[in-house]
Amino acid sequence: MDALFLNQLFNGASLASLYLLAALGLALSFGLMRVINMAHGEMLMLGGYLAWMTLLVVPGAAGIILAIPVAFVGAAAMGGLIQSTLIRRLSARPLDTLLATWGVSLILQQAARDLFGAIGVEVRAPEWLAGSFTLAGVTLPSARLFIIAIAALVLGALALLLLKSRIGLLVRAVNQDRMMASASGIDVKLVDFAVFCLGSGIAGLAGVMLALLGPVTPSVGQSYIIPAFLVVVMGGLGSIVGTTASAIILGLFAALAQIFVDVSVAQMLLLVFVILFIQVRPQGVIAVKSRQLDA
Amino acid sequence: MPDLSILSARLDPVKPVLPWLLLALGIAAPFALSAYDLNLLARFMAMGIVALGIVLIWGHGGILSLGQGVFFGLGGYAIAMHMKVADLPAGEIPDFMLWSGRESLPLWWTPFASPIFTILAILLVPALLGALFSWAVFHRRVGGTYFALITQAMALAFATLIISRQDVTGGFNGLTDFYSVFGFGLSSPGVPTGLYWVTLALLCVGFIGLRWLLASRFGMLLRAARDGENRVRFLGYSPTPFKVVAFAIAAMLAGVGGALFTLHAGVVSPALIGVVPSIEMVVWVAIGGRYSLAGAVVGALLVNLARDAVSSAFPELWLYLMGALFIFVVTLLPRGLAGLFKGKGA
Amino acid sequence: MIRSRLLLLATTAGALALTACSGGGGNASAPSGDSVSVGVLQSLTGTMAISEITVKNAEMLAIEEINAAGGVMGKKINALVEDGASDPSTFAQKASKLIESDGVSTVFGGWTSASRKAMLPVFERTKNLLWYPVQFEGNECSPNIMYSGAQPNQQALPALEWAVSQGYKSYFLVGSDYVYPRTANLILKKHIEKDGMKVLGEAYVPLGGTDFSGVIAKIAQAKPAIIINTLNGDSNVAFFKQLQAAGISTKTMPVMSFSIGEQEAKAMGAALVEGSFAAWNYFQSLPGDANAKFIAAYQAKFGKDAAITDPMVHGYLDVYAWKAAVEKAKSFDPDAVRKAAATLGGFDTPMGKVSFAANQSLTQKAYIGKLKGDGQFEIIADSGKDLAPEPYDALAFPGKSCKL
Repeated sequence: MDALFLNQLFNGASLASLYLLAALGLALSFGLMRVINMAHGEMLMLGGYLAWMTLLVVPGAAGIILAIPVAFVGAAAMGGLIQSTLIRRLSARPLDTLLATWGVSLILQQAARDLFGAIGVEVRAPEWLAGSFTLAGVTLPSARLFIIAIAALVLGALALLLLKSRIGLLVRAVNQDRMMASASGIDVKLVDFAVFCLGSGIAGLAGVMLALLGPVTPSVGQSYIIPAFLVVVMGGLGSIVGTTASAIILGLFAALAQIFVDVSVAQMLLLVFVILFIQVRPQGVIAVKSRQLDA
Repeated sequence: MPDLSILSARLDPVKPVLPWLLLALGIAAPFALSAYDLNLLARFMAMGIVALGIVLIWGHGGILSLGQGVFFGLGGYAIAMHMKVADLPAGEIPDFMLWSGRESLPLWWTPFASPIFTILAILLVPALLGALFSWAVFHRRVGGTYFALITQAMALAFATLIISRQDVTGGFNGLTDFYSVFGFGLSSPGVPTGLYWVTLALLCVGFIGLRWLLASRFGMLLRAARDGENRVRFLGYSPTPFKVVAFAIAAMLAGVGGALFTLHAGVVSPALIGVVPSIEMVVWVAIGGRYSLAGAVVGALLVNLARDAVSSAFPELWLYLMGALFIFVVTLLPRGLAGLFKGKGA
Repeated sequence: MIRSRLLLLATTAGALALTACSGGGGNASAPSGDSVSVGVLQSLTGTMAISEITVKNAEMLAIEEINAAGGVMGKKINALVEDGASDPSTFAQKASKLIESDGVSTVFGGWTSASRKAMLPVFERTKNLLWYPVQFEGNECSPNIMYSGAQPNQQALPALEWAVSQGYKSYFLVGSDYVYPRTANLILKKHIEKDGMKVLGEAYVPLGGTDFSGVIAKIAQAKPAIIINTLNGDSNVAFFKQLQAAGISTKTMPVMSFSIGEQEAKAMGAALVEGSFAAWNYFQSLPGDANAKFIAAYQAKFGKDAAITDPMVHGYLDVYAWKAAVEKAKSFDPDAVRKAAATLGGFDTPMGKVSFAANQSLTQKAYIGKLKGDGQFEIIADSGKDLAPEPYDALAFPGKSCKL
């Protein structure tokens, strides 16, 4: 096989990791609350800026490691703020939530422009992340390998949390039947809140990963958020496995399409692919429960 | 929440003459306004036509489209292509094709030389594409939030595609530099005013037509499908055709609005049809009132007027203001401005 | 439904009244009293604001300097600043407002080709005059626009000539997906192929795009001798960063950029792009007293670390060119001014002596710079002679010429 194909296969894997990190939070809270946070892209942006600020204080290799928890906590806090002040009030109106959070996204982007300037800031990756390996004629940049590793780690930790912990049990309970869970004494509002914070935190972490590849700009979240939405649409309701599978499919599709067409057309094909896909499987890659009946 | 229905009740005696007064004001506007202000008003009215369609699908159909810019763009590009081709000296091709390395007019451009074909294209292309697209999604019973997200992706993909096919679409620059439409010179005396009246007339036609449609059995079923899609199914109706037709009509209105906007603005470009402009169209309606046709038109006029005024004086403030206004209206005032003027339970 | 009509009436009436009041300005471009109005129209918000605000600053600086020295023909310049909001239709709308409602004598502004294209019909209809300060793809010549930024033969082609003189024989073209990169690359391709050299690939990324994995994989496979880069803004950071991460060094595979100036280099962190090449008609590091004076004046007003770029200097010299042309024509009439401007002859600017040609574009030199670690360019070559502007490249667009 030729080097370009193998290269794009690897790039597809790294793109899929980014899509996954950006989409996990969306999918989690969508499964639980049926709402999409349009300001989710700004959680990525926040994570990126937090990474940049962390590196200003602690330069070097330790900085990037420290940036990961800082971005996670910062974005989780911002997510919590949005959830408790706005989204909770709109819980019965999913479409209005979409619109109101778009207003939040507009304000956050402009705030970032005023605070940090419209030109992006650059996060300098430490030496061990700046290089690359060559394997069978394919160049593997360390930064991208790092991103794939982090995505796998996050996924593993999340699976562990959902399947083995008490919090995970509560989340699964609310996910399966909100009314019953509430009736058996689970504080569903608290579960909503916790999951939303967790999802936003993961997006913040994704922002750190983006900062390793490009500049952090006020609109950095926008370039990944629409593919992330498509991942959620294709993934199936409330299924982490489905989200992961659809992130991988779309990431590989976008990268491999670029062998034959340019980036713009690849973007168009991605949408066509998703629309064709829901013709075949409207319930998504994995369906935990049907969305064909009223919730 | 201020309840202005008292104010509205006090004005009861003048109500029968209001629509006529309003129409008279609209018709008389060219005599009161400068050319620049008239042009601005005409553009905003064209946007009002787009807003009417959003009331139909969003307010009454519960379908949130974040991709109306696509249909706006289809209408805008259709009229722009006509104006480009019609003004062309024989054997020449539009300048942007030349500097993008093309040597001949693409085949699918040629029919746009005909005014009739162009008008049909403005009406039918958005409607058919809207029908096809919404059918593909709705017939698999995908809707709600998923539909909104897919339409947003469509807006992004469409704008990106237009930019990347510069040799046949004009790319990022869009299409501009028009001289005449259907044989009338755009800057000849009387033509801008005439186009304004055409816009006003089409706004009225759209308004009256939709009022009729919403009051009909179709409107009732559309609302029923919005409030309980499965109940409508149990009653023996398939909601999909209703939603598809409503979406096609909204797409057609967006196309007409886009064509008129292009005439008044003198340019159509990807900047007018992407993700952000598409959401802004929903903003007008959210602010004006998603259930009210009149409210939506007012919303389109007011938001654009405010943008023009605020963005000149305090450019940075505009984005904060729009974001905050949007959050406020959606959370606390879901009926928009029109809700203020209606009694409870209207 | 009827009730909501009331609202419609109230607001429309209000709207009509509001617009009627705000209109009312004179339409004549003849200045009245002891001042003359001009428009300054750049994007103060949106994606282009970061670049365009600096051009606005430079234009305002020139206007203030002229006012402090007594104005133009005894009249003070009254600058009306409007925001184009990085949106072509807004540019057209504001241009028409400036000319038709505010009655300005001329307008300085625009950056993207899209904004210029959208404004062109407005200027032709109102017979006003636009001074456009940025390098562009040519293929346009309107009597109502003065083009001071580089034509392709004043930036892109000199850069190619330099690359050829350095012995580079295979090229890869990377650009943002909009008109300038595609058209500049079309011209470059014709010239590269005519000279028997090779274009190994061409790739475009949507404006603002930051994922270059696919493009870089293609570059790695093609192994060109040099990359010609027409990416815009933030995309450059992502491109250089991912290039470096993929193990491609700008030392072994040089990059020639057309859109990286001092400001962009500073914002990106010069270390990332150090050693890459750029072609412009002006670099901040150009010698000469006029340049030193301009830099000092700008930095005194807008911060002592402010970077000075080619479009800023073009915006600045446009205002002075307008003043000189008005004084030569002894009139503010746009038609008289443009004719006078084209016959002004050489005038002094921070980039040396330049003049407007009969086709209303600027005759100027081109320079090649190599980026240093401090964000400034070391000038390593120049075109030697002044280059007469050619809006239509004879090789790519045979038979086209500029008729005014």
